[in-house]
Amino acid sequence: MAIEKHAPQAVNPAMFCAGCGHGVLLRLIGECLEEYGVEKKTLVAIGVGCSCHLKTGINCDLIQSPHGRAAAVATGMRRAEPDMFVFTYQGDGDAYNIGIAETLNAAYRNENICVFTVNNTNFGMTGGQMSWCTMPGQKTTTSPSGRDISITGAPIKVPELIATSFAPAYVARGCVAGPKEINQLKGFIKNAFEAQLNHEGYSMVEVLSTCPTNWGMKPLQAQKHMLENVAPYYTIGEIKPRKGAN
Amino acid sequence: MGDMVKGNIAIAEAAVRAGIEVYAGYPITPSTETMEYLSARMPELGRTFIQSESELAAINIVMGVSACGRRVLTASSGPGISLKQEGISYMQQLNLPAVILNVVRWGNGLGSLDASQTDYLRETRGGGNGDYRNIVLAPSTVQEGVDLIYEAFDIAEKYRTIVVVMTDSGLGQMMEPCEYPDFREITKCSWGLDGSYSVKRGNFLGRDIQAESDAYITKVREIRENEQRWFAAGLEDAECVFVAAGMPGRVMEGLIEEMRAEGNKVGLIRPIIVWPYPDKAFAELRAMNPNVKGFITVETNGEGQMIEDVALYAKKNGFGMVPCYAITQACGVPKDDMVKEAFAKIVRGEKKEVF
Repeated sequence: MAIEKHAPQAVNPAMFCAGCGHGVLLRLIGECLEEYGVEKKTLVAIGVGCSCHLKTGINCDLIQSPHGRAAAVATGMRRAEPDMFVFTYQGDGDAYNIGIAETLNAAYRNENICVFTVNNTNFGMTGGQMSWCTMPGQKTTTSPSGRDISITGAPIKVPELIATSFAPAYVARGCVAGPKEINQLKGFIKNAFEAQLNHEGYSMVEVLSTCPTNWGMKPLQAQKHMLENVAPYYTIGEIKPRKGAN
Repeated sequence: MGDMVKGNIAIAEAAVRAGIEVYAGYPITPSTETMEYLSARMPELGRTFIQSESELAAINIVMGVSACGRRVLTASSGPGISLKQEGISYMQQLNLPAVILNVVRWGNGLGSLDASQTDYLRETRGGGNGDYRNIVLAPSTVQEGVDLIYEAFDIAEKYRTIVVVMTDSGLGQMMEPCEYPDFREITKCSWGLDGSYSVKRGNFLGRDIQAESDAYITKVREIRENEQRWFAAGLEDAECVFVAAGMPGRVMEGLIEEMRAEGNKVGLIRPIIVWPYPDKAFAELRAMNPNVKGFITVETNGEGQMIEDVALYAKKNGFGMVPCYAITQACGVPKDDMVKEAFAKIVRGEKKEVF
């Protein structure tokens, strides 16, 4: 039996760097928008940074929020339009550094939105500065000798914080690497969609992603590095499963 | 005559009647009664009240609601309004309308809780980064506050801009009789996001910035032409014209009658909208009475802020050599005797003009 595959209409080929994980996540979100039939009733709040590329990368109504504030903008959208599908799309610097207050408080209120955060352990768009997710010892343009966590604090695990401190509907961390990880991630994203569509409440999916440009690696090297060195710290899997789900 | 209502509450109820579907805000004296009132009133009507974690979050929630073409309000005071500037600048960039109530309190930083006009220049000059102005309404009575905020949403949507209603601790906290307008039917603006992706976006590279700037100029000129509003009295024979807005404007409305009865040829311009500034009031004054010998602002701030606008529009309308004085007190409501004493000093040549 032939399986017919087509590219989802809700997303366009985006302008990310070669080997970047953003494009894969965007594609998976586009597939889910179609599969759940919400591509024409979706409102998106994107952040500032590489997520800016969604301005042309996704064919949905969208607001580019001030840096860090996407969860607050999405809150406004959600309350104004209860029947729409609402999600945020940000990087780790956006959602966890400058926007940690808005990110945590949307989770705290259990807003019925999906929050997708790409964790590539640095500020990508501005050229690879340290973020709160930068790994210990990782060299960035603002930690040139490697991140010294005795001075900067240790890499932050916001999904775990949200899952254990508040009462969200669903929290998971996936990864864009090989087909196995990508299929698993698609499952997490589907759960996030379903949590919102069933009015279960807030869901967050953090997505570990490669950043070959700023990591100074070739795409395959970056993927290997992510799986061997980053994923063991940022555990992949469901951190808070949905109630009643298997 | 209507019931006695506190300014902050009356203005909140008028916003409800104007059709706000969401309120988002963070507590701060002297504006808090507005959100306290709405925390009960909004759910009662099946509408949404959100106590946000900060003023920053509040203005971004406002942005999300406004993007959907729905009416939305936030209220705060001095330092809280400072935090909202980021969102206001973004909303102006996106041409998203909203109404913001600033119950001004005195000071820089934390300041104090006293009534004041220390935020005048910030409100009338935009406030955040970039090239924009907010329309700024400056009521002087509770009833005027009610009427203005009710209309503010229409003005905001007409030009797709931010409208600031600027009161102060005095007006926010005082009770006066007021009549409420009728409930407006709730509608969604036709341009509001509805998920259908009917409004296509461009890339953030390759923007035509000159075209965006030209569109801004067109909008601002239209606002300047249409939205000037002021109260005037005694201008026909005035040798000296007082200019005062908000609570000082209210004081001056009564005081110039008294001063005229005492034989002083004084008049008053009370801007009701302070941006756009009432240029036309000065033009009409020039046509009617070119013999004005001085302009005097009465303001509650340090060395006068609105005096800059008075000097500019006096110059523009042919009063370029006429001296402009400022009678100021840092905070509170100006007392008649203080103004009269300062006026006497000006007349005796003991108080120097600012411009």
